[in-house]
Amino acid sequence: MLLIKCPHCGARAQTEFSYGGDATRERPAPAAVTAEEWLDYVYLRDNPRGPHLEWWHHAAGCRRWFKLRRDTATHKFVP
Amino acid sequence: MLLLGAVRYSLYTLAKNAVTGHRHWPPAWRQPEPKKKYAVVVIGGGGHGLATAYYLARNHGLRDVAVLEKSHLGGGNTGRNTTIVRSNYLLDANAKFYEHSLKLWEKLSRDLNFNLMFSQRGVLNLAHSDPQLDEFARRGNAMRLNGIDAVFLDRAGVQAKVPLLDCSPRTRFPVMGGLLQPRAGTARHDSVAWGYARAASARGVDLIENCEVTAMRRAGNRISGVDTNRGFIQAGKVAIAVAGNSSRVAAMAGLRLPIESHVLQAMVSEPVKPMLDTVVTSGIAHMYISQSDKGELVFGGDLDGYNSYAQRGNLPVLERIIQAAVTLFPAISRMRLLRTWGGVMDMSMDGSPIIGKLPPPNLYFNGGWCYGGFKATPASGWCFAHTIANDAPHPLNEAFTLSRFQRGFLIDEKGAGATPGAH
Repeated sequence: MLLIKCPHCGARAQTEFSYGGDATRERPAPAAVTAEEWLDYVYLRDNPRGPHLEWWHHAAGCRRWFKLRRDTATHKFVP
Repeated sequence: MLLLGAVRYSLYTLAKNAVTGHRHWPPAWRQPEPKKKYAVVVIGGGGHGLATAYYLARNHGLRDVAVLEKSHLGGGNTGRNTTIVRSNYLLDANAKFYEHSLKLWEKLSRDLNFNLMFSQRGVLNLAHSDPQLDEFARRGNAMRLNGIDAVFLDRAGVQAKVPLLDCSPRTRFPVMGGLLQPRAGTARHDSVAWGYARAASARGVDLIENCEVTAMRRAGNRISGVDTNRGFIQAGKVAIAVAGNSSRVAAMAGLRLPIESHVLQAMVSEPVKPMLDTVVTSGIAHMYISQSDKGELVFGGDLDGYNSYAQRGNLPVLERIIQAAVTLFPAISRMRLLRTWGGVMDMSMDGSPIIGKLPPPNLYFNGGWCYGGFKATPASGWCFAHTIANDAPHPLNEAFTLSRFQRGFLIDEKGAGATPGAH
């Protein structure tokens, strides 16, 4: 069981959360985006083995979205 | 056929070796030192890499081939899956590819002279709602139009096929019917790696274990070879077949992929007498189950739901899968689990694999298998070998290009969109 630290509620069980994926991506401005930039944003990922900045949603709690860095090889949250 | 140190397995050789107490069987494959240079270097000694090497030799006469495996052969997802083989797909590209695979499976034990314990016990998808029944009718019709066997069952038909399944109307997941593919089934996963390894080695392919690729070297726009923990190996062509770690190996060539790595868990119960003679899956309950030849119930379900390279998962997902299994099969409620494990899935952005060329002109890629890699092993090797040998895709993997994401030609069986964890 992952213990996930919600910035509002503190450490809670992973079953209260849903996952939002890679948080390093930034949606390009739709008016000026090229096909390559859009491909990069929608589909391509670094997918690192190691620290990974990601979105979590405290879905069954305060419903806040927040970012955490977690090691994908150990599942430990890292600063 | 060129046979290097291999003995044909037969009743005669079995009897002959029995007389001497089975002490004189030769090893199933050679353990060569890596040469300095190969025409083709395949990275990854799982089922797909080994099948690719085998078909390069068998179908295309390419024997100057090495398979580099960082650990032991078949120790990754080939030895971690739940051994299900099927071709019950809706979309044409998937249906034709996986049906070719199933046809290869049907003759593979004989082709490889290795018993894969392939058992066509059928795969039954359960429908728990009217819309799901409609979807099954549509997919079943699509399968039949593509020449694949599909049988639509009502509730009584499902109950007759699987007597221990709770088909009562008041259960948590009421069974409305099902879609059965009778020719689908299971195979022994380890023997697939071993069978391909032995057959490839006998045809001259060098299988190099404990050889991890650490970097790729470039000469102009081409890949000149790979650095490994056993030295530099020069390569005419480099083929990647490392599903689970595709992003890491592609990054050695400076490429980013439409793939995320996720952990998928599976488990087995203690062995019991025969109680389930088909594979039962429920998409709604996120659970699938079969019984191994040893008597263990083999079951699994969903991804843990977050990016992971750890070959282990967490308990909440296991608990949910077990709840679903016990709900559907109340008779197993007091059985004990023997063990659980996890494997790292290459989750692609449309749920379908990628088999084709990468931008460096002599680099080839095979990955993004999501949960479907095991059943694809023969066709994957067949098509990937064709792509490498001819520098052009086989008709069956033409659609599975990397560029489909840019061009908008996704093969999204579930229509789930660019959310890898949802496929």
